[in-house]
Amino acid sequence: MLSETDQLRSIQDIKQMMEKSSRFISLSGLSGVAAGICALIAAWFGRQEIADYQQGRITTGSSATDGNYGLRTPHENLEQQLLLIAAITFVAAFVFAFIFTWLRSRKTGVPVWGFTARRVMINVLIPMIAGGLFIWRIKELNAYSLIAPACLIFYGLALVNASRYTLPEIRFLGFGQLILGLINLWMPGEGVYFWAAGFGLLHIIYGIAMWQKYERNNN
Amino acid sequence: MANPISGLNKIFDNRIRMGVMSILMVNQSVNFNDLKQMLEVTDGNLATHLVTLEEEGYLKVHKGFVGKKTNTTYTVTKAGEKNFRDHIAVLEKIIKGVK
Repeated sequence: MLSETDQLRSIQDIKQMMEKSSRFISLSGLSGVAAGICALIAAWFGRQEIADYQQGRITTGSSATDGNYGLRTPHENLEQQLLLIAAITFVAAFVFAFIFTWLRSRKTGVPVWGFTARRVMINVLIPMIAGGLFIWRIKELNAYSLIAPACLIFYGLALVNASRYTLPEIRFLGFGQLILGLINLWMPGEGVYFWAAGFGLLHIIYGIAMWQKYERNNN
Repeated sequence: MANPISGLNKIFDNRIRMGVMSILMVNQSVNFNDLKQMLEVTDGNLATHLVTLEEEGYLKVHKGFVGKKTNTTYTVTKAGEKNFRDHIAVLEKIIKGVK
């Protein structure tokens, strides 16, 4: 016959299996901090590019040695620069976020590409892909002041959507992004600051809070 | 007073069978490989316990394909859910009795 402590252990097993199988718990707070830092650096470079463009420095500074330059208008040049920054930022943030989460997954014993991680990924990607196409179309229609709000709103929705399948606190990060995005709709021209606040500051604050709550004591 | 231990379900005596049920209680359907990964068991071991649960009527098995690979998914039946809940209720009673 099983003893009482055995029964207690089986209750703990049940709880642990339910937890482990329903939520992806390896997401590291440090991933958030790293992504936030990448976003702040990107926002700084982006702001420089925009300021240069607005002051017309690029048009006066064109050089004959740059063969390609003559074919692009300053506007196209800015667009290309910002796209390049965005692409580098996305890759860098993803790589750093992945590294910290991978390190953490070795501690929690939940595989980084397991069943729960895949579910989080799918639920993040649905709003993100729709948002990506939406933003592409905004850009084509030259409604540039809507790009930053759209990034924040769709990302916020993606986080709220995925929060059911990972750390529940990510829901609040999602709400934060959503609120910033919505306010930004009525403050066009300030997009880069809202973008930096959402993708930069909120990520860092969230990351530190999560690291304090879940990881500091376990290390 | 009746010994509450008599109310425990023998099927759930085993850690793997209990793990399978725990996972399926909170997930609609889970495939064989994901169960294996989460429970950290071998194919043969898991398969044996899944058969036991299926014969007991606690699990429903869906055989499908992803491309050319077989993809077998499992869902919990109403009977399985009820028996598992009863089992947990008894466990709770025992633990409360200890306190």
